[in-house]
Amino acid sequence: MSSAELTDAPRRSFTGRRVRLGDFLLQVVAGAAALAATALVLLITYKVVEGAQLSLGTYGLGFVTRVAWNPVAGHELYGAASFLFGTAITSLLALALAGPLAIGIALFLTELAPRTLRAPVTALVETLAAIPSVVIGLWGILVLGPQLRLHIEPWLHSGLGFIPLFGTPSAAGASIFTAVIVLAIMILPIVSSITRELFLGVPRDLKEGALALGTTRWEMVRGVVFPYARGGIAAALILGLGRAIGEAIAVTQVIGGGVFIHWSLFSGGDTLASKIAAQYQGATSNLQESSLIYLGLILLVFSLVTNLTAQWIVRRVARRQGVGIARA
Amino acid sequence: MTMEAENVSTIETALRVETKRLPLPPRERLEQVFDIQDLDAIYGSKPAVKGVTMEIYKNLVTAIIGPSGCGKSTFIRCLNRMNDLIPGFKQTGTVRYHGQDIGGGDVDPVAVRRTIGMVFQRPNPFPKSIYDNVAWGLRVLRMKDSLDERVERALTQAALWDEVKDRLKASALSLSGGQQQRLCIARAIAVEPDVVLMDEPASALDPIATQAIEQLMHDLKSEYSFVIVTHNMQQAARVADMTAFFSISTGAEGERWGELVEYDDTTKIFTAPSDKRTEDYVTGRFG
Amino acid sequence: MSTPDFTSSGLRRRRAVNRLMELLAWACAAIAVGILGIVVFSVARRGAGAFNLDLLTKTPVPFALGPVKQGLANAFVGTIVIVGFAALMALPIGILVALYLIEFARPAVRNVVTLALDVLNGIPAIVIGIFVFGLFVVGRGQSGFAGAFALGCLMLPLVARSTMEVLVLVPTSLREASLGLGVPRWRTTLSIVLPQTIGGIVTGATLGVARVAGETAPLLFTSSIVGTQVSWNPSHALQTVPVAIFELSESPDPADHTRAWAAATVLLLFILFASLGARWLATRSRRKLEAAR
Repeated sequence: MSSAELTDAPRRSFTGRRVRLGDFLLQVVAGAAALAATALVLLITYKVVEGAQLSLGTYGLGFVTRVAWNPVAGHELYGAASFLFGTAITSLLALALAGPLAIGIALFLTELAPRTLRAPVTALVETLAAIPSVVIGLWGILVLGPQLRLHIEPWLHSGLGFIPLFGTPSAAGASIFTAVIVLAIMILPIVSSITRELFLGVPRDLKEGALALGTTRWEMVRGVVFPYARGGIAAALILGLGRAIGEAIAVTQVIGGGVFIHWSLFSGGDTLASKIAAQYQGATSNLQESSLIYLGLILLVFSLVTNLTAQWIVRRVARRQGVGIARA
Repeated sequence: MTMEAENVSTIETALRVETKRLPLPPRERLEQVFDIQDLDAIYGSKPAVKGVTMEIYKNLVTAIIGPSGCGKSTFIRCLNRMNDLIPGFKQTGTVRYHGQDIGGGDVDPVAVRRTIGMVFQRPNPFPKSIYDNVAWGLRVLRMKDSLDERVERALTQAALWDEVKDRLKASALSLSGGQQQRLCIARAIAVEPDVVLMDEPASALDPIATQAIEQLMHDLKSEYSFVIVTHNMQQAARVADMTAFFSISTGAEGERWGELVEYDDTTKIFTAPSDKRTEDYVTGRFG
Repeated sequence: MSTPDFTSSGLRRRRAVNRLMELLAWACAAIAVGILGIVVFSVARRGAGAFNLDLLTKTPVPFALGPVKQGLANAFVGTIVIVGFAALMALPIGILVALYLIEFARPAVRNVVTLALDVLNGIPAIVIGIFVFGLFVVGRGQSGFAGAFALGCLMLPLVARSTMEVLVLVPTSLREASLGLGVPRWRTTLSIVLPQTIGGIVTGATLGVARVAGETAPLLFTSSIVGTQVSWNPSHALQTVPVAIFELSESPDPADHTRAWAAATVLLLFILFASLGARWLATRSRRKLEAAR
């Protein structure tokens, strides 16, 4: 038989190395990468805590409630309260603006848009997400801010000035108000794209069942789509909130800076993230540097909480509905 | 004619037409390839087959037939450790290949699969050229000498050479289903296994392609041993020297598993089966 | 749901509400598209006017007065170097992580690592900047490497995620065909499975690059104290386009603003082309994979 001259005897021994070197190496190397990625998250937390050590030791939790930021030598005092306030007010207001808008866009894209418009408009909204924050901030300082200062702020102040929120218009358009608008623009795409995928996932027969009863499209959306997507919308909003909380660059460019808490939206201020970015050129003392990192630690905690909450909601809803919901 | 009678006559015709098949020598003179003792195959907690004991002989075509769900595919995949890939799978009993226990703790499944090859139900050529589909395995398994000759030989044995010899560099995915399956057979025999396991190789193919593959098995069994799972009794009658019939048994609490019912010369299975279950299946009364 | 109202006046009112909601939804979409249009148009109008080749080829002249302050060549070079190194770091690790999760990991392990990747994706860029500052800059000084590492941390989840998505698409029958021949597992993974995913990997890499090329925050603490000379050496801090735009935007001098607009236009063009290109690649490779199944 000619096969004999081409190969070894067909009855080869099967014993020998139980685990092949190649398999072992690949699994170990790939596993090490996965381990490193997981460890990275822990390392980040550790390093941030380490950097904040000095300030943590000096101020403890009182830092969180103190309104102060005085780097003058001899009178050094730091606190996060005004920045917490700034973060809260800018993020929540931005969410209040962007949330309904995003849901409206998602509804438009899934229920109302003519087929030819769907893809282009979706692409356009996602392109908004691709614009870097520094470019939006640039536009914010040089275009949006002055426009708001010239037209919107005086109008709001004259009409609603009795509400402390609408105080004296800002000097150059750099204010919390501008920051809120900028943040809303930035979180709009992420909330709308998640919500859009959610709405696409609503089973068609559920929707058709409602329409067959003779309800209008809006009634069907309100009665079927919203309840079905309720959990996912919450997750999308929370993720948008997390994004707004973490945005440093565009906010620091337009928010004007300020250490004390003012009620007027037209005054300047700072958020946790924007304060850190504003002092990037270097702290004058170790305590100041450590306090800045302490701000970063608070920011990290916030972002972990929002992220994990959103993930938890997504996983719980997915399990209940047996379907995967789009990730951020 | 009644359905039973019609079925029987088709098989008889198939048996008679197979005049090329020589009568088998007595079993004691046949060389064993597989010696399977009391094999159980279990997925998680559910047994797929239980208590299979049989020998498979060299240079024969052995067919495994039975109704769907009787564990034929699971059984055949036990013979080359392919079930290892399924999480939760467990196998008890022994499968000896030329005396070596292939399930032993120090046995390398990769080495097992080099000697015991497999062709799958749906053709699964690599997304490479026709030539490379056959050559890649040879290269990886260090059989690089005379690559062109080996490729041509494998494709010829798989009855595909004439159809593809002018377009060896074309993508394998441009072939028809029957051609792709023959390419998969060429790929499997190129690495010179001892045994070729076939899991319903023609079930996704048209009758002409099926016939080509059956002819192939007949022509090549002098070099390889074939074990073929088929749900088509006529096919078993046409190609197989020995036939094993598996059936489904039900337990006290409604669990179902597959069992080997009868294993004998093909002629005997189809004309004078010893077990009533075999007779029922073969004459078309069920399954 | 209570029985819908079929009387004509009730129906008219319900239809009116429906119409109003439809108009609102159209308005929302129009606002979104409008905002995008306004921003892009603003940037393009101011940037195009200010753009000249000097921007890319000349270095900045410090403390110069007058409208011409030369270019930002050092920033463009620095971005290329730092983003390049970031991709070099993130791509292999991201691919390996994806391989491990899809080919080897048990479901429990997969869930944990995927969660870690999602968390990593959600950490604000400025916190990553602080992290890398503490890790590499303290005691050593800023460097392009530190900046690249920070950007790499941002890229990693993107690359891993998109690689995982294409790995899952590779059919099991392909793996079985190779294993059935007696080819070892590692060879099957590297020679048969991975090549099928190249399209998806390139897409993920391109999207990752598009994202980190515009990131400013992580670079503020790792690569921002720079000179004006063009340098290709990442062992010291390099100027980058986003940081340059940031600094110029805060300056009171309108000449600086002009250069900022021009740089922003170039950055935006690059990112838009990269994103669109990646998306086109993605649809093309997905179509190819699905045809082969």
